[in-house]
Amino acid sequence: MVNALGPQNLNSFSEASVSVEIETEDMTLNIGPQHPSTHGVLRLVAKVDGEKVHDVKPVLGYMHRGYEKLAEVRSYPQITTLVNRIDWVAGFSNEIPFIAGAERLMEIDVPERAKYIRLILTEMARISSHFVFNGAYALEVGALTPIFYAMEDRERVLDLIESVTGGRFHPNFNRIGGVKPAAGAGPTSKKNIQDLPAGFYRDTKVAMEKVIMAADQFQNLIGGNEVFKKRTKNVGVLTPETAEAYGVSGPILRASGVKSDLRMQTDYLPYDQFDYDIPVGENGDCYDRWDVRVKEMVESAKIVLQAIDSMPSGPLQAKVPKVIKVPQGRTYVRAENPKGEMGYYIVSDGGLGPYRLKVRTASFSNVSILPIMLEGALLPDLIAIMGSLDFVLGDVDR
Amino acid sequence: MTEVLIKVGFLAIAALNGAIIFTIMDVKGASWMQRRPGPLHVGLRGFIFPLAEILKFVQKEDIIPTEVDRPVFKWAPAYVMVSCVALFAVVPLSPTLVVADLELGVFFALAISSLGTIGVLTAGWSSANKYSLMGGLRAAGQLIAYELPLILAVVGVVIQAETMSLVGIVEKQIEWGVPFVVGGQIIGFLIFMVAATAEMMRVPFDMPIGESELTMGFMTEYSGIRFLIFYISEYMNMFILCAIASTLFLGGYHVPLLPTEWVNFYGPVVLLTKTAILGFILVAIRWSQPRFREDQLQNLAWKILIPASLVNILVTAVLKVGF
Repeated sequence: MVNALGPQNLNSFSEASVSVEIETEDMTLNIGPQHPSTHGVLRLVAKVDGEKVHDVKPVLGYMHRGYEKLAEVRSYPQITTLVNRIDWVAGFSNEIPFIAGAERLMEIDVPERAKYIRLILTEMARISSHFVFNGAYALEVGALTPIFYAMEDRERVLDLIESVTGGRFHPNFNRIGGVKPAAGAGPTSKKNIQDLPAGFYRDTKVAMEKVIMAADQFQNLIGGNEVFKKRTKNVGVLTPETAEAYGVSGPILRASGVKSDLRMQTDYLPYDQFDYDIPVGENGDCYDRWDVRVKEMVESAKIVLQAIDSMPSGPLQAKVPKVIKVPQGRTYVRAENPKGEMGYYIVSDGGLGPYRLKVRTASFSNVSILPIMLEGALLPDLIAIMGSLDFVLGDVDR
Repeated sequence: MTEVLIKVGFLAIAALNGAIIFTIMDVKGASWMQRRPGPLHVGLRGFIFPLAEILKFVQKEDIIPTEVDRPVFKWAPAYVMVSCVALFAVVPLSPTLVVADLELGVFFALAISSLGTIGVLTAGWSSANKYSLMGGLRAAGQLIAYELPLILAVVGVVIQAETMSLVGIVEKQIEWGVPFVVGGQIIGFLIFMVAATAEMMRVPFDMPIGESELTMGFMTEYSGIRFLIFYISEYMNMFILCAIASTLFLGGYHVPLLPTEWVNFYGPVVLLTKTAILGFILVAIRWSQPRFREDQLQNLAWKILIPASLVNILVTAVLKVGF
């Protein structure tokens, strides 16, 4: 009895009385499908306790358009129209791996000049995609002004894409064996094919200088902002191990410190002839993901400037049969898109269209990391983390 | 009775006009900073824009969702607006041009300014929407946290002026020759402006609205004229808090070297100019800063602003007694 009232027991009694907490039910919050910062129609079912997020389930499929199935009943030249709607922010770069895959199966050597034009436009698509990210991300952490600057600067790049391809978002410019004759070329026969529009080199140079300036401006105005740093540094840290385990790719993976870039590792476009850096982050937090993308814009602009200086002359189109039939076989071509790794697995049975087309998109794998990253985050952080993944719902659902 | 009616009418019209001036300033500031041609050129160089905005909201359908607590939902905007208008009663445009020169003017202003919180909280609660609820709770937490530094910052001024009447405070500043912001209350002024920005829920403290997180916070379910009332109240609140700040810290209706016997003529102009300058600073902040996180906001209030304002009071009191 004496022991029962000893000091240790008293301690445990008092602790027991303190540890009784009010039990509250978690609130289920449906973020999306209609929500200002879910980039379209992503739906997150979040269990929140006040501001704290306990459990997040992404619900996908609101924008499923069945492109993989649709591709089975389309011919190869028609499919480029479908695929550049997958990631509409960077429409052009979606066409490249598909066309490269078909060309690989047909064993066509694409002329150097066509490859260079593809490369220039791909990098421009990357720049315009990163512009959108910059504006949208600032908006998501609450800064309302940068999006207007980003959109204005992006317009300059889109104008260039339009002047070559005739389309701002969905160029549908690649042909098997080369690229389409430039917009306004009139009736095309192989002899009087029209090349890049007049003044393209000059305008591109001006635009790329502007891109570099804009990136610098972003670094100062957004990256240098104390509130922005407070909102993004050490928020949503993604370790390289987790990133690799979940198949995360692109700027997100590089921000976690993994120097992986398919532009250097594969040969779908002649990137090996240019001198550029691959920006890598250190901490893998939201700030790094933002920072890597801004630096990538500068590197892309540098690549474009180099490509313009060393543009080879020659034909735009290799010799291809009138009716394009891809020989039997299968191939997987992957490319470094603005959002990350994009791959096309083409199975051909020798017909006019593919027997099966599997599209591996970057955003789908990148979104799969959300439940892990959002565990225990605050609600404003949820938006900051989600925005830093920079996904496009067309790219998630296809 | 007539006098009361005239005074109430004056209050409503003055506060509304102030709100409209600030709306124009905000919109034009935004378009200027964002290189947007629209509000700078359309419709008399963008000056009739607020009129178009008001007309647009008035003719829209006033949607009331079925699940809401109808009377509360309907009256919450009015509550917010009335508390804003009432705040203007104590602001002196000149020693005689003042609706009510209360002995406890500062006390009245601070008490009324926290009334709006109830309107915001009820709007969030009655909307039957989780985003609205979170917005309302955020607003309540934020306004409680920032009420303290706001009051404590003003205490320094009250000690220095030895009165709580706003006219008395301005007269004291005229007597001193310099406004209080120069005469020792610079820290108090900064704290007051930060806390006031949080009070009016503007960037970087706009979490209760936070459209990228909570869609529109406590205003999510409002539309039409009720939304307009919230919208106007926001600018009204901004106008009046800026007016109070210029009265308390910037010398109010008087600038040094101007003859005091003409104060009834130039007083309103001087006060409006000072208010507009403060408002412009807020506009510039709004369009250039991101939003803080909720916990960062609370940290700023409790760990920095409140201790700083306490130190400010201590120093002011010591100097007051010492000299």
